[in-house]
Amino acid sequence: MLSAAEKALISSIWQKAAPNSEQLGFEALQRMLIVFPQTKTYFKHMDLSKGSADIRKHGAKVIQAIGEAALDIDNMASTLSNLSSLHAYNLRVDPVNFSFLSHSVLVVLASHLSEDFTPEAHAAFDKFLAAVAAILSEKYR
Amino acid sequence: MVRWTDTERKHITTIWSHVDQEQAGHEALTRLLVVYPWTQRYFKKFGNLGNASAIAGNSHVRNHGKTVMGAVDLAIHNLDHVADTYTKLSILHSDTLHVDPHNFRLLSNCLSIVLAKFFPGEFNASVQASWQKLLDVICSALSKKYH
Repeated sequence: MLSAAEKALISSIWQKAAPNSEQLGFEALQRMLIVFPQTKTYFKHMDLSKGSADIRKHGAKVIQAIGEAALDIDNMASTLSNLSSLHAYNLRVDPVNFSFLSHSVLVVLASHLSEDFTPEAHAAFDKFLAAVAAILSEKYR
Repeated sequence: MVRWTDTERKHITTIWSHVDQEQAGHEALTRLLVVYPWTQRYFKKFGNLGNASAIAGNSHVRNHGKTVMGAVDLAIHNLDHVADTYTKLSILHSDTLHVDPHNFRLLSNCLSIVLAKFFPGEFNASVQASWQKLLDVICSALSKKYH
């Protein structure tokens, strides 16, 4: 799973991202909806016009959950348990979409953190987001 | 045949004109080998890929990054017939190199991230979408001759 070194990298990246997390969450969600338009099918109830308040609000929600997991990596499964149930029984988002969102988060981190987003940090955070996705999918069947 | 809007063409060629191909290729390939270490299976002849700094400092990695960007450049200059342009490359990857096509997707993801890093302002969501389309076309063209 995640080594001590990887957890340190994830914490360090999150510390740098946290002050601007709402903006990052918004940008990641916005990019996902534009770059992978099939993801819009899950948001028919939202105003999906570019830069909408709905996208801002939802992006903030998503990044906050990611941040909570990052702040207590060893207890991620417990932190994300309610969200896991929500995605399994209620939202039923096909798990392939978690990787589109993860990719969008990585793109946003690269654009904001620049040289701080080293290949090693990129690897650790990608692994972390995959672990988040796995927890969100684990009650699906 | 792939249809490109003028905007998509502009997004692709403008970014590409600013890209240092050697640097981008090196960084994208380095990230592929670091983030998805199982991809190292295709590069046994490269020598030391033992950790991130070995990978980043490896001259074979740098040279190969250049080769790969050369192929991307070829696609960009032949946007209206990428599949045909890539026929030989596709056969090479299938019959000689035996590369799982999923790896093209992994490298594409790394390249997007590198472009976002180099061009934080310019590589906005719409530009990223145009590039995603280009990378999808490239991945598809490279897979086309697999059998």
